[in-house]
Amino acid sequence: MAVDNNSLSTLVVKRLALGLLLLLAISVLIFAGTELLPGDVAQSILGQSATPEAVANLRAEMGLDRPAVVRYFTWLFNILQGDLGTSLSSGRDISSMIGDRLSNTLFLASSAAIISVPLAIFLGMVAVHYQNGIVDKLISITTITTISLPEFFIGYILILFLAVNWNILPSSSIVYSDMPFGERMLAIAIPCITLTLVVLAHMMRMTRAAILNVMNSAYIETAELKGLSPFKVIFHHALPNAVSPIITVVVLNLAYLVVGVIVVEIIFVYPGMGQLLVDHVTNRDVPVVQAVGLIFAAIYILLNMFADIMSIIANPRLRHPK
Amino acid sequence: MHNKIEQLTQEAKKGRISRRDFMRHAAAIGIAAPFATSLLGQSAFAAETPKKGGHLIAALTGGSSTDSLDPALSASNVPFNILRTWGETMVDISPTGEAIPWLAESWESSNNAQTWTFTIRKGITFHNGKTMDNNDVAKTLQRHSGEDTKSGALGIMRDIKSITTQGSDKVVVELTGGNADLPFLMSDYHLVIQPNGGFDDPAAGIGTGPYKVKVNEPGIRHVGEKYDGYWRENVGHADTVEIRVMNDQTARMAALQSGSVHFVNRVAPKTAKLLGRLANVEIVNAKGRGHYPFLMHADTAPFDNNELRLALKYAVDREDLVKRILNGYGTVGNDNPINAAYDLFNEDIEQRAYDPDKAAFHYKKSGHSGPIVLRSSEAAFSGAVDAALLFSQHAAKAGIEVKVQKEPADGYWSNVWNKQPFCASYWGGRNTQDQMFSVAYKSSADWNDTKWQRPEFDSLLAKARTETNRDNRKEIYTDMSMMVRDEGGAIIPMFNDFVDAKSTKVAGYVVDPSAELSNGFALIRCWLA
Repeated sequence: MAVDNNSLSTLVVKRLALGLLLLLAISVLIFAGTELLPGDVAQSILGQSATPEAVANLRAEMGLDRPAVVRYFTWLFNILQGDLGTSLSSGRDISSMIGDRLSNTLFLASSAAIISVPLAIFLGMVAVHYQNGIVDKLISITTITTISLPEFFIGYILILFLAVNWNILPSSSIVYSDMPFGERMLAIAIPCITLTLVVLAHMMRMTRAAILNVMNSAYIETAELKGLSPFKVIFHHALPNAVSPIITVVVLNLAYLVVGVIVVEIIFVYPGMGQLLVDHVTNRDVPVVQAVGLIFAAIYILLNMFADIMSIIANPRLRHPK
Repeated sequence: MHNKIEQLTQEAKKGRISRRDFMRHAAAIGIAAPFATSLLGQSAFAAETPKKGGHLIAALTGGSSTDSLDPALSASNVPFNILRTWGETMVDISPTGEAIPWLAESWESSNNAQTWTFTIRKGITFHNGKTMDNNDVAKTLQRHSGEDTKSGALGIMRDIKSITTQGSDKVVVELTGGNADLPFLMSDYHLVIQPNGGFDDPAAGIGTGPYKVKVNEPGIRHVGEKYDGYWRENVGHADTVEIRVMNDQTARMAALQSGSVHFVNRVAPKTAKLLGRLANVEIVNAKGRGHYPFLMHADTAPFDNNELRLALKYAVDREDLVKRILNGYGTVGNDNPINAAYDLFNEDIEQRAYDPDKAAFHYKKSGHSGPIVLRSSEAAFSGAVDAALLFSQHAAKAGIEVKVQKEPADGYWSNVWNKQPFCASYWGGRNTQDQMFSVAYKSSADWNDTKWQRPEFDSLLAKARTETNRDNRKEIYTDMSMMVRDEGGAIIPMFNDFVDAKSTKVAGYVVDPSAELSNGFALIRCWLA
């Protein structure tokens, strides 16, 4: 039986294999990167009271005296078996520590995505419709302004007005497992708005550009000549043909929502992966930092892969590279 | 007009205007005197009776997902404050600095303060229903003093030879040498009495305190629920208390400003004044024992020359540092680690002031010339590099060239502090003069970070330890303070305040110099007004 090199499943398998290879390379980078961090965990645990003997004892106890290559392979081998190791500073199992945090981060990211993706695409279409008019300009200026400001700045501005001055939303976003859903939504409102503002522009601009790109095509003209309403033309005829690049940008932004929220989590005291990462970088708790880094990398690679596959599905031409 | 009255009442509450000023302002906006008096009575100057119930919330820095409820491992702000809600120690330190009974109702010493007998209060129960007795107390002390313990209290437990129970309510502590301060040592916050000493489950969070641990999510939040069987009436007014971990300064302040929490710790001195101006916020600062020294190694040239040490001590403008580095939230130091927050402090020791002429005189006498390198880093304390630069400018007026070398924060405590002959540092202070001197000024101390060796000083320290007459002890400590002040290697220009803030919705706050947030008791001492 002849294997169809261009079938969808083969493509997916190829992408998956490539993704795994990439993840392996990243694991080396993460490990090397954490090796390069100044100071070591023993030193930072003991702090002001560190004596050379105590540091040496603690290092030996934590296995930090073995060569880096040996430690890398031990680490990798354990991870392949699903064991992320134990935290150096608290002695707790890393997998159980990460569980709740990861779901919190995904919750915040998906809430922001549910708002920002439809909004961005809608605004993009509106901008196309009013191309170069005042509405288009206004949308572009606002979204580009919000993307140009660093997210902590937007966050603080929103806290100042929404929480401190007008007192309509809580300023901090501490969530916990048995929190009622309504309260939880209220708690994440400001970080959600912040993230939405940060990712909106990119997706909106891409939607606008991609649709404009196909607006000059003959079939759009045909649709217009059929007497369809301008919005129908954009939504039913232009959008489906422009969807491939839009998906790519949307998914890239989703990846950003998951892995790029560290600053947002810190300023809103949101108990997610970002806060966990910062806590443990401060403590030089390398196993946790490595585990979190690896998970972030995996999410990023997975989402990118998903974007590739989705655009291939959306645009059959990509299945037959010349 | 209503706003104006409200504002005046708030100002009066915060103590910014006096009673007389209040009446005058009130008259100026047309309020008759009797009505103004009643306004005052209602809000600002009324005798306060605690209100029961409600939910008190503190947003604190100094917590992380690695925190444990085990009292032995408690080392930062959040674990300390949690511990105060569920646990109790044998002895407490009053806001005025005396050792007062807590779970122990009394104590006495014999054999030159070498044998101490504590009588444990009866009828107190743990959160699990078990009655607390002298066996639990003895076991707790043993857990913190074992060879392999990781307890933060180990340092103060080293001189204990044996801990035994006697009868049904007594615990006898035998020391290797006399120590008149033992009750103070027993007030260490790690030494929370746990059932069976916490040997079974050290991190269970079961104690005798006013609140049971209900939620324990390290690095996120902790909730305590009022324990029905609690034995004291004067603390534990709220139904539930909550600590939220907010390490981000802005997040913490925003939470307080928006009224979603009642307390915050570690307000940056730079913004404290602005924050305090808000109508719903009150800054509560306590003059603690922590201080910011510049440490000289008295055994290393050129600092082995006391004339040079004196020259540098006169060459620092203490008032200026307190004003600019601490923004007024602190007090000037007197080159002596002991201040008024300590028991047996002598108020009469003369305060050293900035005196470029005297500095120049001693500098000339020392015969030293050329620049003196002062190492500093933000790791030492917030503003340490600025403080060093200011010092350098002060010294320049006396003709002394102090060259500031900025060091990286990473590794400051291992590479610079206690190694380089002149550097900025931080000391948190200790409960007693004996502890402070023993840990950093005794010749043989591990952390003798001024490398100052004085056999006379060491023998005075030993003498004071077994002296049980308070007047005599005070005299000895005064002599020791004078020695450190005039000959020691530490320039101590300032003591930093604990700067915290609370919502005006809570009442009953007690300013306590022992530690931040009313010595960690804010959540149990205060109530929602």
